[in-house]
Amino acid sequence: MLSIKNLHATVDDTPILNGIDLSVKAGEVHAIMGPNGSGKSTFAHVLAGHDQYRVTRGEMLYNGRDLQAMPPEERARAGIFLAFQYPVEIPGVGNIYFLKAALNAVRKHQGLEELDAMDFIALVREKVEMVRMDESLIYRSVNEGFSGGEKKRNEILQMMVLEPRLAILDETDSGLDIDALRTVADGVNQLRSDTRAFIIVTHYQRLLNYITPDFVHVLGAGRIVRSGGPELALELEERGYEWLNGITAGAA
Amino acid sequence: MVAVNPHIDTLLKTDYQAGFVTDVEADSVAPGLDEGIIRQISRKKQEPDFMLDWRLKAFRHWQTMTVPQWSSVHYPAIDFQSIVYYSAPKSHSDGPASLDEVDPKLLETYEKLGIPLAEQKALAGVAVDAVFDSVSVATTFKDKLAEHGIIFCSFSEAVHNHPDLVRQYLGSVVPYTDNFYASLNAAVFSDGSFVYVPKGVHCPMELSTYFRINALNTGQFERTLIIADEGSYVSYLEGCTAPMRDENQLHAAVVELIAHKDARIKYSTVQNWYPGDEQGQGGIYNFVTKRGICSGANARISWTQVETGSAITWKYPSVILEGDNSVGEFYSVAMTNNFQQADTGTKMIHIGRNTRSSIISKGISARQGQNAYRGLVKVLKSADGARNYTQCDSLLMGDRCGAHTFPYIEVKNNTARVEHEATTSRIGEDQLFYCRQRGLSAEDAVTLIVNGFCKQVLNELPMEFAVEAQKLLGISLEGAIG
Repeated sequence: MLSIKNLHATVDDTPILNGIDLSVKAGEVHAIMGPNGSGKSTFAHVLAGHDQYRVTRGEMLYNGRDLQAMPPEERARAGIFLAFQYPVEIPGVGNIYFLKAALNAVRKHQGLEELDAMDFIALVREKVEMVRMDESLIYRSVNEGFSGGEKKRNEILQMMVLEPRLAILDETDSGLDIDALRTVADGVNQLRSDTRAFIIVTHYQRLLNYITPDFVHVLGAGRIVRSGGPELALELEERGYEWLNGITAGAA
Repeated sequence: MVAVNPHIDTLLKTDYQAGFVTDVEADSVAPGLDEGIIRQISRKKQEPDFMLDWRLKAFRHWQTMTVPQWSSVHYPAIDFQSIVYYSAPKSHSDGPASLDEVDPKLLETYEKLGIPLAEQKALAGVAVDAVFDSVSVATTFKDKLAEHGIIFCSFSEAVHNHPDLVRQYLGSVVPYTDNFYASLNAAVFSDGSFVYVPKGVHCPMELSTYFRINALNTGQFERTLIIADEGSYVSYLEGCTAPMRDENQLHAAVVELIAHKDARIKYSTVQNWYPGDEQGQGGIYNFVTKRGICSGANARISWTQVETGSAITWKYPSVILEGDNSVGEFYSVAMTNNFQQADTGTKMIHIGRNTRSSIISKGISARQGQNAYRGLVKVLKSADGARNYTQCDSLLMGDRCGAHTFPYIEVKNNTARVEHEATTSRIGEDQLFYCRQRGLSAEDAVTLIVNGFCKQVLNELPMEFAVEAQKLLGISLEGAIG
């Protein structure tokens, strides 16, 4: 589904990613871990196409298509979803209206008809219940005045409604209490399927107690310094990122 | 300063969709202005003497005045002697008695603009007065409104059929001495709409006037007078468009509203005059004086405006709150793109006790657009317990545009409460990316964010027009980011 080779990227001419290689197949869950400043969030944003980041070398193929040639909205319509670490507020724009616009943009791209109002509201209500979100939030402006946890639930709600093929969660677990954390994990686990892949970017092993990844990769100084199975996350939790410092330094 | 999004600029291309010219034979006066021209206009309209006298008084006063310089807008001096002050489609000079007799070319023009004048096709519940250059060419649903005693007609007709009402109210809110452009209007105004809603009548449909400037080098000087008698209600909407031309054209209108005791007037404007091209060539100078008076207790006047067009907009729809407990409201969206300039706001004059006013102003500036809010809240000594709330929000797109706020507050009564809030924000790169990551195109994302920003104001518009206004905001920003 996703094939990344020797990916280099910069922000304001400062190199952040320095040669990432990663292959993700449908049905897989990959966890990307690493200390602050290792390039995790940059990686997530580069995949989604944020134009603040410039890809300087390497390639990203998504189902055989060159991602770099696709603007962010095309990537989204092709099934790439980014759950943001800091979801933005859009004053005056109804959350449910936004959700509908997003869903219809994706459906239109897939050649499907727009959902009618009744079907749409039924779908949203079902998903709202799944993510245990206060229903009144869907009638408020997008993320405006939401608590940190509510914003994250809202991201998961959007993911559940849009049903992406490749979902990237950018530190969705940061700052969440245990209940919200479980909600996020439940959302991912419910969507897990043979046709869908996840890239879960996280600083802590905590979330991985609830979502068992197929692969764990550790980023250091903009490249993958170690890959392994779920046990790698546990080892990191025990020994800390300093354990890998030698490797990181050597790689940098 | 926040980093500039180079894309915001490329998204800000405009596409003016009402820019066509209708080829009709016109009956015009020679360019220039003197007493002879004013007499000629008055004669063409077969006006009674009181009208001619009033026009001449206004003209003589105007000659003693100078062009106002205090606003923030810049434009080359206007040569008032090169303007044609009266132009009417020739077919009109015989005066069509009914819609069937209106020149089909004119009907087609309004049809193209989405304003069907044939009553069977018209929006249910909206009566339209169509003003083409200097004259009203058609008014729909007149008979139906007459059943309720409501007068809705062109100003010219009102002068003939209801001279007493015109005489009583004309200039009672905006006197002919008021300001440079209002005086000019009083001297040469050619047509406009007239509304009278009798005591206790709730007007059953939206009334609207659709203004169209067509002829070259012609100024449009219309005058609207709306009188809501005791306990009545009326909602009125105006829309405006003009062809795309390289020359600037002057539109200097006057609107007067009178709300008697317990009456309510809701006045909405969707202004889409030709804004000029991307280089700032051409466009309408929209210099308008709008004022209402709440003359009786518990009266209420609401102004709602969505200003997306014109090269320059200079207008301050105001309310004089004379009656006790009367209410004045001003809801405004002003958008300036390319080289457009807007200096707009309101005046709320509190005279009566417990009078209340609220002002919600949303300014959007893109590219080199300049947007100023200028507002006066004046509480007189007599206005015990007066209250005002003002909120001015500005949204900037790109780094060459500007937003300015000039609030003037004068309070002579210490029981008054006046609040003012102002914010300025920039369309965030992050907001755009968020929307695009969810599958929306950059254009749709901008429209969504801008409409969200304007929501408080758009909510005040009658339903059909709110939809139009939203589309218009989208079109006016087309190509803004991408």
